Amino acid sequence: MSGYPDYMQESIRLVEKTRSERLEKGYPLMSAEEKSEILKKWHPDYKEGTKRLLKIGPSAGQLMPHEVADILEAHPIINPKDIDLTDISFDLDILIIGAGGAGLSAALLAHESGIDPDRILMVQKLRLGDANSKMSQGGIQAADGTDDSPTRHFLDIMGGGRFTNKPELVEVLVKEGPDVIKWHESLGVMYDKNPDGTMKLEAGGGTSRRRMHSCKDYTGLEITRVLVDEFLNREIPYVEFTAAVELLMDDKGQVAGSVLFNMDSDEYLVAKAKSTILATGGFGRLHIQGYETTNHYGATADGLPLAYHVGAYLRDLDSTQFHPTGAAYPEQIVGQLATEMLRSRGAQPVNKFGQLFVHSLETRDAESSAIIRECYERNNGIITPTGMRGVWLDTPLIDLIHGSGTIEREFSAMYRMWGKFDIDIRREPMLVFPTLHYQNGGVEINTKCETSVPGLYAAGEVCGGVHGKNRLMGNSQLDLYVFGRRAGRFAAERAKKIEIGKLTLDHVYRYERWLSEAGIKTDRRAPLILPEYRGKRTLEHKIKIL
Amino acid sequence: MNGKDEKFITIYIMGKKHMVPANLTIMKAMEYAGHQFRRGAGCRGGFCGACSTIYRTKGSYKLQVALACQKIVEDGMIVTQIPFSPADKKRYDIDRLKPEANTFLEYYPEISRCLACNTCTKACPQDIMVMDYVQAALRGDVKEAARLSFDCIGCGLCAVRCPAEIVPYNIGQLARRLYSKHVVGPASHVLNRVKEVNEGKFDEEINKLKNMPKEELQNLYNSRDIKV
Repeated sequence: MSGYPDYMQESIRLVEKTRSERLEKGYPLMSAEEKSEILKKWHPDYKEGTKRLLKIGPSAGQLMPHEVADILEAHPIINPKDIDLTDISFDLDILIIGAGGAGLSAALLAHESGIDPDRILMVQKLRLGDANSKMSQGGIQAADGTDDSPTRHFLDIMGGGRFTNKPELVEVLVKEGPDVIKWHESLGVMYDKNPDGTMKLEAGGGTSRRRMHSCKDYTGLEITRVLVDEFLNREIPYVEFTAAVELLMDDKGQVAGSVLFNMDSDEYLVAKAKSTILATGGFGRLHIQGYETTNHYGATADGLPLAYHVGAYLRDLDSTQFHPTGAAYPEQIVGQLATEMLRSRGAQPVNKFGQLFVHSLETRDAESSAIIRECYERNNGIITPTGMRGVWLDTPLIDLIHGSGTIEREFSAMYRMWGKFDIDIRREPMLVFPTLHYQNGGVEINTKCETSVPGLYAAGEVCGGVHGKNRLMGNSQLDLYVFGRRAGRFAAERAKKIEIGKLTLDHVYRYERWLSEAGIKTDRRAPLILPEYRGKRTLEHKIKIL
Repeated sequence: MNGKDEKFITIYIMGKKHMVPANLTIMKAMEYAGHQFRRGAGCRGGFCGACSTIYRTKGSYKLQVALACQKIVEDGMIVTQIPFSPADKKRYDIDRLKPEANTFLEYYPEISRCLACNTCTKACPQDIMVMDYVQAALRGDVKEAARLSFDCIGCGLCAVRCPAEIVPYNIGQLARRLYSKHVVGPASHVLNRVKEVNEGKFDEEINKLKNMPKEELQNLYNSRDIKV
């Protein structure tokens, strides 16, 4: 029994008919001109009326989606009068906010840099390890293949990011990539390997060599659970279900920890720290332009208002990553990720007539744009019973190319998830459409993960600059560990040298002043901490393409 | 979902009756009914194990398991979440361990109590052969224990159901780290590349690219050879 309605199955017959011919022929890559043209016409980043210029603070004048400007042009949650800064619950060297890949790496490296575990605290609004890091499926890039080099990796990233990346961050990313893989292996991460013990390496959209390392299609899960296990072995203190709601500063203008909110008791706590690391992740749950998202429940971009309240610079928030292949059907998993690795291993995007219309491994911005164009300009998509549009991702090609059993072995997450809805991706294609995936921009950092405010470090998706205006597959996983480790190391270095002065929350008053001077009148408060889906909101789809 | 021709069904969330749209997952149905998750929701995509749920369906004595984000509600379903399972994860230094049965017995001696009843396997929402990997660990087949447990998301339902009070997912975690670190070992081309980077082999090339005018870099990018 197929999980697809009859009219979709009719289209699948056409997809089957063209399969062997498509496999033979393929589709050419776009030229630079074609790419620039399709982005302007069809990428959601270029859609009019979706962004505005930020009105307040040190990055005023930057263009960003309304949904992001909304949480920056919002009142802080706390009233400083409610917080007793002399009642300190945690007196620390290092406070880490967020317990995903970047936060865990920072904690391990802070520990290895000689900070006593009892002087470190990790706080997390959900559970230890709960993050987008865990959901990454396809892989992690690092230039360790014999025909590859960090220099090639550098060039691929700069081109993929449309040459808007901060080059010194890219340099660090590519040079430390192989060392991250080595580190993972030393901790016991189970990477996919060839019988001769070399890494199985695959291509991703926009890579000029095969440099994607994978752990089946559970790459992020495998790495995260090993880091969590190691973190627990080191007995570094952590508190779950506790959110950072406002950073603290001192009278010398340094960030000095955070006001925390205990989500069990609804009480505020004061955590004083010599170095504070933001590893809070991205903004998928803001549903930019009404898109469904691949992101974790906690991806409410809390790090952006936290950093901005203390005056940290932001960058590149005008660009958002839409992953080309989110589920468009069945309804229950709309927006969930169908990993890019499916295309790396041979699955092709095809329209309702079974025709190719784009190369399988364009950069994500271009691939997404081509799918949107196919559905909305050329009207060659399938329309689902709920009005979503999508194209086919022809997964049966994978077993055809690599032998039967490949999908079950290498893509057990995908096989399982679609299988729950009676769709056998070994035999039937998946219906896909772009989905909100990644916050390309964010808090500006330097190579030491320092933000523009002393004492505040940041790593992972909360940051901007590493990926420019478009990230390549597998580079966010790498980013987490390269910059997470650096944040831990450099935050530890600082903590050994400095003293915190008198604690203050004056920046909250300053922020309120910025709001009122800019004439912003609103009930909005930030950070959001949790998304709001209660009642009918859980049924809403707001995406408007045209 | 357009909400107009929606079919509604009845479910019981921790005993309380709610009417919800028939095509929702348990997670969305609970939100529709007014819950805002603090615990019990995570990735919402089947990768994190935060939303472990047990339920019975109308007229059935059987206690069934699911991830709330991956399971569609059914009429008459009675659900509750088990978002956490108490378990004592042992502390160890992975560098010093040996990939053998005794390692498992030393840290988790309760695995010798395994009755081979297969309750754990039946309780797994990922359809993992849980009992088989526990048994593999018990006989020192670290590779098999690592391979069979690989898709584990640590939801904890096996541990809650095990009559011998074993925590299978802790066994799987230890098995995978042991296997990767002490049986497979590092890939030599990775170690070589790290050495080359540390010796500064790529510094000059990358510096050149870093300082190149944008147009020149663009040309270089557009003409780069692609071997994938």
